[in-house]
Amino acid sequence: MATTHDGKPTSRVLWVDRFLALIRITFVVLISVGLIAFVAQQIDPQNPLARWLNPDATGLTAPQFKGLLVTGLAQGAMYGLIALGYSMVYGVLGFINFAHGEVFMVGAMSGMITSNKLAEAGLWEDAFVFSLLFVVVTSILISTATAVIMERIAYRPLRGSPRLIPLITSIGVSFFLQNMSVVLLGPGAKSYPSLPSWLSQKRSLLGFEIEGTKLVVLLTAAVSMAGLWFLVERTKTGKAMRAVAEDKEIAALMGIDVNRTIVTTFAVGGAMAGVAGILWGILFRSVIHTTGFLPGIKAFSAAVVGGIGNLGGAMAGGLSLGAAEATAPLVLLEPLGVDGVSQLRDAVAFAVLIFVLLVKPSGLFGERLSEEDRA
Amino acid sequence: MTAISNDPSIYETPGINWRRQIRFGLIGALSTAFISLAGMPVGLDGRSIIQPVLSMGYLSLLWVPFVFASIAGSEVVLEGMAERQRSARDLWAGALVGLGSSGGVVLLMILIQNFDLRDPLVNWSPQLLELLSFDRSAAFGMVIWLVLGTFLGFLGGSMHVVPQKFRSATLTVCLSVFGVSVLETFLTDLLEGFGLEGLTDLVYYKRGGLEVLGAVAVAALALAVPLIAGPRVARVKTQVIEMPSEERRRVNLALLAVSAALLFVLPFFLGKITNELLANVGLFVLLALGLNIVVGLAGILDLGYVAFFAVGGYTTAVLTSPNSPGFSPELPWPVALIAVVILTGLVGLFIGAPVIRMRGDYLAIVTLGFGEIIRLLFLSDWLSGWFGGAQGITNIPGVNVGIATVKGTDPRSVFLLVLVFCGIAIYVSWRLENSRLGRAWMAIREDEDVAEAMGVNTTNTKLMAFVVGAVLASFSGAIFSAKVGSIFPTSFLMLVSIIILVVVIVGGMGNITGVIVGALVLIGVLGGPKQPGLLQEFSQFKLLIYGALLVWMMLKRPEGLVPNVRRTRELHQEEFLQDAWLKGEIDTDDQEGTA
Amino acid sequence: MSMLEIKDLSVTFGGLHALKNLDFRVEEGEIVSVIGPNGAGKTTFFNMISGMVTPTSGDIFFEGESLLGLDPSQVTERGIARTFQNVRLFANMTILENVMVAQHCRTDQKVFGALFQTKAFKSEEEAIRTYGEEVLSFFGSRLTGYRLDQPASVLSYANRRRLEIARAMATRPRLLLLDEPVAGMNPRESAELTTLIGRLRTEWGFTVVMIEHDMSVVRDVSDRVVVLDHGETIAQGSYEDVANDPQVIEAYLGRPVGSEEIPGESS
Repeated sequence: MATTHDGKPTSRVLWVDRFLALIRITFVVLISVGLIAFVAQQIDPQNPLARWLNPDATGLTAPQFKGLLVTGLAQGAMYGLIALGYSMVYGVLGFINFAHGEVFMVGAMSGMITSNKLAEAGLWEDAFVFSLLFVVVTSILISTATAVIMERIAYRPLRGSPRLIPLITSIGVSFFLQNMSVVLLGPGAKSYPSLPSWLSQKRSLLGFEIEGTKLVVLLTAAVSMAGLWFLVERTKTGKAMRAVAEDKEIAALMGIDVNRTIVTTFAVGGAMAGVAGILWGILFRSVIHTTGFLPGIKAFSAAVVGGIGNLGGAMAGGLSLGAAEATAPLVLLEPLGVDGVSQLRDAVAFAVLIFVLLVKPSGLFGERLSEEDRA
Repeated sequence: MTAISNDPSIYETPGINWRRQIRFGLIGALSTAFISLAGMPVGLDGRSIIQPVLSMGYLSLLWVPFVFASIAGSEVVLEGMAERQRSARDLWAGALVGLGSSGGVVLLMILIQNFDLRDPLVNWSPQLLELLSFDRSAAFGMVIWLVLGTFLGFLGGSMHVVPQKFRSATLTVCLSVFGVSVLETFLTDLLEGFGLEGLTDLVYYKRGGLEVLGAVAVAALALAVPLIAGPRVARVKTQVIEMPSEERRRVNLALLAVSAALLFVLPFFLGKITNELLANVGLFVLLALGLNIVVGLAGILDLGYVAFFAVGGYTTAVLTSPNSPGFSPELPWPVALIAVVILTGLVGLFIGAPVIRMRGDYLAIVTLGFGEIIRLLFLSDWLSGWFGGAQGITNIPGVNVGIATVKGTDPRSVFLLVLVFCGIAIYVSWRLENSRLGRAWMAIREDEDVAEAMGVNTTNTKLMAFVVGAVLASFSGAIFSAKVGSIFPTSFLMLVSIIILVVVIVGGMGNITGVIVGALVLIGVLGGPKQPGLLQEFSQFKLLIYGALLVWMMLKRPEGLVPNVRRTRELHQEEFLQDAWLKGEIDTDDQEGTA
Repeated sequence: MSMLEIKDLSVTFGGLHALKNLDFRVEEGEIVSVIGPNGAGKTTFFNMISGMVTPTSGDIFFEGESLLGLDPSQVTERGIARTFQNVRLFANMTILENVMVAQHCRTDQKVFGALFQTKAFKSEEEAIRTYGEEVLSFFGSRLTGYRLDQPASVLSYANRRRLEIARAMATRPRLLLLDEPVAGMNPRESAELTTLIGRLRTEWGFTVVMIEHDMSVVRDVSDRVVVLDHGETIAQGSYEDVANDPQVIEAYLGRPVGSEEIPGESS
């Protein structure tokens, strides 16, 4: 007979569980200590508690904090728009479309091209609102086309294969699109034409000083979100999308054209990414081929944070992630005495993702997935 | 898939599917236009394949009509159905696809002549037009393209008409001429090592590319060698296969020993550049073997694999360099290596533990996040007191191994060192794959829930895969930092993880030979994230090609170039089952066993 | 002390009771059949014993130790092995590897042994190989010989079921949970398997709990039959008692439980 295991049976609690518990506790402790230190330094930067953790504690003024928050929310709204695409595709096909961030980049790039062409023709200054609309529409068209072609070429043939296969494929697509931008448009960063001053002006609203551009971003996100909600909840197409997300086979039996619905899902996601691309252009006025990578990953994180498959959750997740990454470095890390916190913004975004997945894997607002996708 | 239709027409041999041909022609046109606008013809023009006849730049367009025409002509023949009788019409179908493909070039030329889109499209240039018109008038160029494209398409179509013998001969000739041309640097170097410069001058043109005569000679050799040696090789092969297993094992072992010995002698016949190149390939073989354990065997998609490479590299730097800003014990490399292995293993556990219970796809993104976090930490001002931030750590001494110091300035010794570690990694992969742990990894890859129900502690087993993978990556990191002599956060971008993944997938997941072949082909020929390959001119296009390759592999050949028998079955399970059923391999009845 | 004892156990999925206040016990050396119409909660019952589903309330004791909070692999380690209704083999591993990997929790060689090919490693490999072949030969020559190195995916349906049982046996359990062992087999095959199930007890000393729809198998081999409906036990006892129980007959849509077949049985 073989060496039977006569020793004690393995203990009930694996060390991994203990370690995980430790990580969770560490996270919570870090956040609480950071917050306490922040409060302490807000009360008085010379406060011994604040000075103990960070001798150079200065504290934040209210306008500073509000400024951070607004910046965070504006970026978060953009993440939210991108996150919708991740969330919808995950809901319907059960895989992470890694290349979705690149669709956003394509949107931003096409916006850059059209707006610069319009600026050359002098229309950008003269008829700004009209031009912007034109730019948004073309960008939506191009990124929608990108998403649809991507689905047709790369993902449709893989439907039904193990879920990591389309994910790996989408990494390839992402790589391809990024470098396509390099070889076609050149490697350097490209800028948007300058915006009219009435747009970039600061305005005060509800006690916040908001730059016009950020206001535009927030408003556009709200309008797009409302449109999407109407589409998904109130139209036949939306009903088909929800049915396909629930069970593709049954939906097909009920007479729903599954292929068309999936294409629609990609198209809608692509359109949202296109809008987000223009918003990126308005906010930062500069695009480069890697523009899609970080916002893409963060948007995916936002979708997970909000609960994947849950559209309202995706937007809420985007806003919270944006707010968190803008404020956390100065609110949590700086009071803890970490140097150069602004460099750690991206690390904070990833930490949020890890934290949410460790503490509540189904996201803050609950995921909406069919049984098979949940496995 | 196996739906049976009552439509009688499908049982008859159908004619040419013209819609398919037209579709391929259009795709070909788009491809050539895209390739031109991507700048390949201009960017690769400097690299000649056959001096003065063919440069890589033109080849980047010319393959399209030929290959597309031949793909458009190949049809999937379902089991049990007769293959369509090929006829001259296939040639015209191919020509149509070729015409379409070259039409893309012509259309682009017309557009370039009449519009200026140079602003967004950097390659929309007179230079491109000039190149496409063969330095003559545009009209001349267009005519040539159309004729050439049609002719190549015609040839591509003819591939299905001519007998198999011709087809494989054409393929052999094309590939060997191309291969010998691509391997120019390597072969020149090797021949020089053996004192055969004369041969080099005969075959290669002075400033790159094959001589016409050289190309003819290579083609002739490529045709002749299989004809002469083929039967003999086949005979030896059957002899070996028919041997009793004990003896066969001995033969295999001897072969392995001889090839290993040859490999260790090889660097002494090679020059600096080639040794450097092979050392880089070796570093990626190491990384890819490690990732292969994680992705290929245990089925965990780790997109942050570069983190372990970084930790290995930085730990070595901190422990060995006198310039390490925080803590600088200046240990000798071999001692530092022990610390590196232990530390990276711990980091593997630390990163692995929180992610190991996550859904496979979430795990992929979270590991990617960890990879980025680690790079950002190395880059940050916060930890710059330890790791130097953006300035990195410089002045890392080489590896002192008694007789000689292995350093970046001496690529030969680096290559030898890398070879030793590759040997270790191959041994580790091979032994683990055929052990209790390896079987448990495979079981998890196949069906995690069932593996757990069959008594496999999936958490610990998967963590083990993470740790072993991390340790193999740390070897690579330790050698890398000793080789380069300095270390910066920019060497550890996410890009590196993806490139390693492409190497593993293109080579063949779960397959040691495949991974090595993948690294040789991709890193050796195209180049790594920063390291140039044999085709240096490709450096601006290599990432584009990596992306396209990854997609193409997943769609058409998920098992990789060198498939692992096991993995292939998994990916094509249904087809295999059907084949086995058709061949009667599956026992539909088991009379035989009841007795 | 009973070998397996389930006390007042309930499982709810989103408010629906999959199992409700279930009490159940198995004595050492018994063969117990669990029957019931589709959706009665039989498979959930198995999933719960093997640790794949956590009960909402109640407790499970195996040889006096509570199984609550154990991972499935830990349950297997304690001596309970199972098969699956929809055969789930490691299809691309060879037949031998399938039974070798199932001995994972009975072996302990790790990286070191594999790398240095220690004596302990080699003897362990040898031992699990021998034991694996022994388990496979329980089913005659179907799974042995040249078959050992073939991937499990080439097996016929009936042989896959047999391999699943062999794989469960390879974990060296004391209690074997068989989920519809003869589903999809023809009468001759299922008759043969019925005798084999009997031999599992006599020759291998396993205690067996099985879910089965084929009443002839249930009748021929079980000491006791438990009937589940809507997550509750509605009857238990010898096959004859249960077959004549009016509640059971009603559960099966009012048709008398004959010796032939029961409505809802999968072919």
